[in-house]
Amino acid sequence: MAAIGILAIGTATGALAEVAPDDILWQEDGSIAQSLTGTPGSAEEGERVMTTNALGNCVACHTIATMPDVPFQGTIAPELAGAAGRWTEAQLRGILVDAKRTFPDSFMPGMYKVGPFIRPGVAYTGAAPASPDDIEPVLTAAQVEDVLAYLMTLTE
Amino acid sequence: GTVLADPVTDDELVVNGELELATEAEPAAHLDGALGDRIYSGWRFRDTETRAMQKDDFDNPMFLFVDAGLEAWDTAEGTEGKSCADCHGAIEDSMKGLRASLPKVTDKGELWSLENFVNDCRETRMGAEAWGWNSQQMKNMTAAIGLQSRGMPVDVAVDGPAAPFWEKGKEMYYTRFGQLEMSCANCHEDNYGNYIRSDHLSQGQINGFPLYRLKDQGPVSIHQRFVGCVRDTRGETFQAGSQEFRELELYVASRGAGLPVETPAVRH
Ligand code: HEC
Ligand code: HEC
Ligand code: HEC
Repeated sequence: MAAIGILAIGTATGALAEVAPDDILWQEDGSIAQSLTGTPGSAEEGERVMTTNALGNCVACHTIATMPDVPFQGTIAPELAGAAGRWTEAQLRGILVDAKRTFPDSFMPGMYKVGPFIRPGVAYTGAAPASPDDIEPVLTAAQVEDVLAYLMTLTE
Repeated sequence: GTVLADPVTDDELVVNGELELATEAEPAAHLDGALGDRIYSGWRFRDTETRAMQKDDFDNPMFLFVDAGLEAWDTAEGTEGKSCADCHGAIEDSMKGLRASLPKVTDKGELWSLENFVNDCRETRMGAEAWGWNSQQMKNMTAAIGLQSRGMPVDVAVDGPAAPFWEKGKEMYYTRFGQLEMSCANCHEDNYGNYIRSDHLSQGQINGFPLYRLKDQGPVSIHQRFVGCVRDTRGETFQAGSQEFRELELYVASRGAGLPVETPAVRH
């Protein structure tokens, strides 16, 4: 019983520290200085998110030279090698959350964005949401920070 | 790794060793240069094995469905006890060229796809039940009718009474739908030739529909493909047969004006 109590408190605190998509403090240039979770992400978990179809699926569009074992990488978007040399952590967080704030008209989807959208559906069901709350961001706050941790390893 | 990003250039679509189907054409003026100086059939973006299946009607799985459609053409149904052939005669003559001109505006000013015409005859002239837009029977029939235009260039009317529908279809084509905020043009205009994961993006032409999709192991209608692409934007799709998708169909058909009808094509 005690263990369950501690877990519950842990979750509540985590949820409090998390920045919701609508509460993000954007800088003029489309960057986000503040962590979405208050906790550093895991680069290893970020790599999983980036290569999993149902999650970030970054490899659908990007070629990522540091992941040579991942087959069928996309040819749509820039090679990510060296991204941490081109962008600051705050800029990369902004690109992940909503790339259109950095690159207007970008093809890159916002990974931590809940609207406004034209005819959003519930995930890949093709069906309209019963309520706006049914639209979940593509990635969770923690997953964004995990991907960010991986991107920060791409120094060259 | 390095990938071949362009449409294949070292193969030609010759069906049954005799019917040459051009797989590229000069874009129509109404495209305003949106697709550069060449339009391409989706066939040019598929792999060698898939391309080969469309070169021989015996290897093309769609011909099972074409045969079923031809049989239905001759079969009397409904309260009037009539078959399509009773009124239209030989499908080879009466339906020749029709696929290339659809969708089109009717006398009543409505924009109709092939499926609408088929169901209108079933309901009002045969006293039979309408077929579902994506039903097997409908795909059999649209494949059999479409085949009669194989080799004829797509030539849909985009002006006159069709103009307002075409404009709406065009607007849809460039609208960024869904949570991923992607338009048809983002994939099929800006990025054709590129790979989205393992999918080689084509120009999203519809001159081969209904076609056999190896991934689905079955025939796919135009609107069914549209549903799939909108769903992949994490969007709320429109219904097959809806006003919106008929308008989109007209606009997409017009982007392929000049390409020969390939029905029934094979894709993966
Ligand atoms: C549907 C396509 C698509 C997907 C999926 C996608 N991106 Fe992008 N991304 C782009 C495009 C296109 C650009 C180029 C910027 C522009 O739009 O002009 C870009 C730019 C970037 C950049 C800046 C480019 C640079 O200089 O390095 C980063 C970093 C990035 N993406 C990371 C990611 C990550 C991480 C993911 C997955 C979580 C992802 N992208 C998913 C299309 C995509
Ligand atoms: C009782 C007569 C009759 C029967 C049975 C009939 N049709 Fe028709 N059909 C017509 C008439 C009349 C038209 C309108 C002629 C026109 O406008 O050219 C028409 C039009 C069409 C058109 C549009 C042709 C065009 O050029 O615009 C199609 C397609 C069609 N029919 C398919 C079918 C199919 C498939 C069947 C059987 C499932 C069928 N019809 C059964 C009489 C019939
Ligand atoms: C996220 C990318 C994406 C978007 C957005 C998209 N499609 Fe597609 N579409 C694909 C892929 C991948 C295929 C399969 C490979 C190919 O033929 O391009 C495809 C195939 C097609 C085909 C079949 C082409 C053939 O020769 O078999 C048509 C038609 C089509 N799309 C139309 C559309 C229309 C219309 C829209 C907008 C409502 C749209 N697509 C939006 C990715 C997309």
